[in-house]
Amino acid sequence: MAHTKISIRNMNFFYGQKQVIHALSMDVYEHQILALLGPANSGITTLLRGMNRLCDLIVEARLEGEILLDGQDIFHPEVGVTQLRRRVAMVFDIPTPLPLTVFDNVAYGLKLQGGKSKAEIQETVERAIRMAALWDDVKDRLDESALSLSGGQQQRLCIARALALDPEVILLDRPCASLDPISTAKIEESLHTLKESYTVVIAPHSVQQAARVSDRVAFILMGELIEIAPNKEIFANPQDQRTSDYITGRFG
Amino acid sequence: MSPHVRRQERLAKGVIWMAAVSVMATLVFIILYILSRGLPVISWSFLTEIPRSMGRLGGISSTIVGSLAVTVVAIVIAVPFGIGTAIYLAEYTRESFITKIIRFSAESLAGIPSIVFGLFGFIFFVIFLNLGWSILSGGLTLAFMILPTVIRTSEEAIRGVPYILREVSYSLGANKWQTVSRVVLPSAMRGIVNGVLLSIGRCVAETAAVMLTAGSTLRMPDSLFAPARTMAVHFYILAREGISLENAYGTAALLILVIFAINVGANILLDRFMTKGR
Repeated sequence: MAHTKISIRNMNFFYGQKQVIHALSMDVYEHQILALLGPANSGITTLLRGMNRLCDLIVEARLEGEILLDGQDIFHPEVGVTQLRRRVAMVFDIPTPLPLTVFDNVAYGLKLQGGKSKAEIQETVERAIRMAALWDDVKDRLDESALSLSGGQQQRLCIARALALDPEVILLDRPCASLDPISTAKIEESLHTLKESYTVVIAPHSVQQAARVSDRVAFILMGELIEIAPNKEIFANPQDQRTSDYITGRFG
Repeated sequence: MSPHVRRQERLAKGVIWMAAVSVMATLVFIILYILSRGLPVISWSFLTEIPRSMGRLGGISSTIVGSLAVTVVAIVIAVPFGIGTAIYLAEYTRESFITKIIRFSAESLAGIPSIVFGLFGFIFFVIFLNLGWSILSGGLTLAFMILPTVIRTSEEAIRGVPYILREVSYSLGANKWQTVSRVVLPSAMRGIVNGVLLSIGRCVAETAAVMLTAGSTLRMPDSLFAPARTMAVHFYILAREGISLENAYGTAALLILVIFAINVGANILLDRFMTKGR
């Protein structure tokens, strides 16, 4: 049995009066890729944003229940929210380079922490870019604007930027939603290497992507967890009719 | 497409084109006219000599210094307060009663005619605070006058920065001030600088408010507490009193050139320092 990295217990989430996640409980195992599958507006983005408390930024939002990271409640006052976000990094659904150079984008999180030497930062940045399979593309362009990269390169840059934090968990919210098939393939490829060092939670942009990249799949519909199971089981033998309908393309 | 629709399209195009061209033509005509009358007057001695015999003779050096000094005082005071207020309004508060009051005050200030600022400055700075007609009084008055412009343009520029960039910054472990200072302000810099340029232009061009608070002496100012005449005031007095239309045009031409130079200069600086990373 794999080690439980994140444990979500009875999570309810509200935007004002509207409830978008209903009594959701599930575990995320270490060094695995968990795919959160479901149609749009199922609360998957909200769920991801709950795991690193980005949802704190939304004024009318309210979260009930517990989210445990290595057994510790991430909403406990002793857990610093910036510390948490370094441990649980996020990649967004559209490429979001900051208006900085390629290098400064990846170094952003490191520089915020302070106390790192230039050489250390340089080394970490290079390692992160290599892990995101972007080094050959940008090694001569580190001083150029990150906005000059192509969409696929920008998204890998965002992954490198998250990796540079040396996180434990990486959350990917439809990371290939705006990318072409070749860029998508490159990112999926790097996911397989990433899970050796990290725990990955991904909201895939298609059923096929979930099938290709994940170890386990959670099917979520209208903010409810319908079922969660290992990849092979859920695609071969879904327990719930709705899961079956969704993965066979009958709706969604 | 029916002939009717095509005619409509052509008509619309023509009207819009005419509007644009007539605006451009008017602007170009005014600038060329003033430059053609004023540029021949401008010479090295015109720029470096103090006005003599009320401005009929000599140059306009003391008024150049006056304009510069008053503008610098106003900008140095208004820009930090203005940008600070804008950051507060855009990033640090939710819409509330207080933000509404601040915004309402700023907008009311923006609607007040400059002569009223002049009167306020005269009563408050010149008389009540006993600063006299001075560069300081003039600069402070102008600072009040341009504050709403700085606040509004900066706030709009800050709000124009896509929300996702803030989320990215937070997701990388930044706190609020790190996000504001490293991501939001640099992204908004161009808009903020444009607002400041607009304000500089208004300071350099202001006449009524400055005349009431900085005075209209022709002597070279030697401290912040000395009175001074600005180029705009000089131009106004030369033309109004019929002292020397020739020198008035010279002053006006220089005013145009200065504002033009500030705009071009700021844009070059922005391009040089901001292209890295965008």
